[in-house]
Amino acid sequence: MSVLTYSGIEGFFARFAALRPHLPGDVAARDRAAAILRVQGLPSIRDEAWKYTNLRPVAQASFQSAATADPSALLARLPQLNAPRLVMVDGHYLATLSTLPPQVKCLPFAAAPKFGTLANPACEPMVALNTMLAEDGFSLTIPANIDAGLIVIAHLTTAARSTHPRHAITLEEGARASLLEIYLGEGAYLHNPVTEIHIGEGANLTHARLQDEAEEGFHLGTIYARIAAHSIYDSFSLNIGARLSRTELHASLAGAHATAHLNAAQILTGVQHADFTTIVSHDAPHGASRQTVKNALAGRSRGVFQGKIHVARGAQKTDGYQMNQALLLSPDAEIDSKPQLEIYADDVKCSHGATIGELDADQLFYLRSRGVPESQARGMLVRAFLSDAIDMVANGASRAVLETAVELWWQRHPA
Amino acid sequence: MLHIENLAAEIDGKLILNGISLTVPRGEVHAIMGPNGSGKSTLAYVLSGRDGYTVTGGTATFNGQDLLAMEPEARAAAGLFLAFQYPVELPGVGNANFLRTARNAQHRLRGEPELDAVQFLKLARAELKKLSMSDDMLRRNVNVGFSGGEKKRNEVLQMAILRPEFALLDETDSGLDIDALKIVAEGVNALRGPNFSALVITHYQRLLDYIAPDCVHVLAGGRIIRSGGPELALELEANGYVGMVADAA
Ligand SMILES: Nc1ncnc2c1ncn2[C@@H]1O[C@H](COP(=O)(O)OP(=O)(O)OP(=O)(O)O)[C@@H](O)[C@H]1O
Ligand SMILES: [Mg+2]
Repeated sequence: MSVLTYSGIEGFFARFAALRPHLPGDVAARDRAAAILRVQGLPSIRDEAWKYTNLRPVAQASFQSAATADPSALLARLPQLNAPRLVMVDGHYLATLSTLPPQVKCLPFAAAPKFGTLANPACEPMVALNTMLAEDGFSLTIPANIDAGLIVIAHLTTAARSTHPRHAITLEEGARASLLEIYLGEGAYLHNPVTEIHIGEGANLTHARLQDEAEEGFHLGTIYARIAAHSIYDSFSLNIGARLSRTELHASLAGAHATAHLNAAQILTGVQHADFTTIVSHDAPHGASRQTVKNALAGRSRGVFQGKIHVARGAQKTDGYQMNQALLLSPDAEIDSKPQLEIYADDVKCSHGATIGELDADQLFYLRSRGVPESQARGMLVRAFLSDAIDMVANGASRAVLETAVELWWQRHPA
Repeated sequence: MLHIENLAAEIDGKLILNGISLTVPRGEVHAIMGPNGSGKSTLAYVLSGRDGYTVTGGTATFNGQDLLAMEPEARAAAGLFLAFQYPVELPGVGNANFLRTARNAQHRLRGEPELDAVQFLKLARAELKKLSMSDDMLRRNVNVGFSGGEKKRNEVLQMAILRPEFALLDETDSGLDIDALKIVAEGVNALRGPNFSALVITHYQRLLDYIAPDCVHVLAGGRIIRSGGPELALELEANGYVGMVADAA
């Protein structure tokens, strides 16, 4: 295959034309996704779901089909944890760098190309793009009643390419796992993953995510989680990287007594833009969903939180909670938030709240009067602001990694 | 040590300090008393560098340095400490982390080696014990959910750990029970010596029974209207401010 430089939606189609004969799996699914994308194009701010996130910079960027480089510098940036790991480099699963425990099953998408049933290209242009171009990914299965402990999943992007990996995570009945996904990269690339998560009955998944993509990178990720009866999906996303990012998280509480925690923190500066969008569907009774989303915004950055809670007619005794807090560290920073409650059941408890504020002058003076320099004092207060969200990360090692990431971020960008 | 001359300051165009002159020599403890709203806290804030005040005249020097030109953190590193009348709550900031960060920040600003976690904990535990505070106070968030008296004790704990050369105590005795008052006074007295000075703002003569001041000043209407020995506090206790303020006018 020759090297192709491609740009914009036509570029993605050209890339598809070149790749099509070599792509694994169901080519008809690819063609359907391409047809959808032809009609819909990339999302624009005229689309209600994308009104706060303008993809023009992505459409204007150009990517190289064969771009790849040595991942060792990125590997060295991964936290040193005594835990098994799964490593993706430029969208490809690298078994040689991965160390998974024997009780866990992992297959590369390229070897067993199966598009799941949760992600729907017709509704999500980013899923359509991914479906059209997915070359690889991982499919991880935790067998029934196994506790896999902590597994680190590293997504490393080494060069100015577009990657569209397709992942699946399955916890069978009664299984448990703590995943720590870390996204790192170098260059002006597009990372467009789709992840489908199935959590079986009585299973428990703790899912911590550290999106620390390259400063010039784009991250447009979509996650689907289907949560069966009496199971728990406990997720936390820390978004500190990328020039422009969107994390779209769909959680369906499909069985009775399911629990979903979709917590997040975004810390941004410069001209960074990060969009955290959640769609929670309470499809069964006695479900509980909790969302605490924090944005700390410096420079001219922009944070977006869109949170939709849908309660289906039969989902009685649903307990939905959403809290959205923003801390503006500069007069030029901006937060856009849109809570949306759609409730079709009558016996439910749903609440949401939002606050926007600045650093408290009295708190800042109190710290400075004790000898803490201003920038350090501001950093302490920003971490304090984020702490009640980060404290919810159940896995101690994951929590420590996230806390360190926040601390290093502040050292790099004192605001 | 602390030398204030003709200090005038306003908030939002309103004159609050109206020409204060005051000297606290090294090793001495002075008390300031005065009616509500007379400017005592304002003086403490201006000296420690809080935003929002405009100094319209006068000077304040600390060990010969121009205090008013320094950042608040530099004043702290130079040895100045303010025990707040209303200590500030810091949700999400652990008390131990706060104390250690403060102490080490001052070490860094002074170019001294920092304390590691073990050294710090040892020091903090010893000081807590002296103040009859439980170790639990270190694990909690700074002042969050503390009772009024606990907040005041936490101020004294900070003072004990930061070991300032000069302490400004703004009504640290208010809201304390008798036992706590003695403990706080002991905290101050423990620091007393030839290199420690303090300016103690209080409404109550009672505190001065425990912390014997070298000198008492009466602040009214943004000015020092009288200065004297400890007997001045007794006179105020007996007669109140009204006559004294009228005489000064
Ligand atoms: N931010 C502010 N804006 C306007 N006026 C203020 C402000 N802060 C203080 N003042 C006024 O300045 C005056 C002095 O206040 P200050 O707090 O210094 O008094 P104080 O002597 O400490 O009183 P107390 O004994 O009640 O503590 C008061 O009249 C007060 O209302
Ligand atoms: Mg006062």
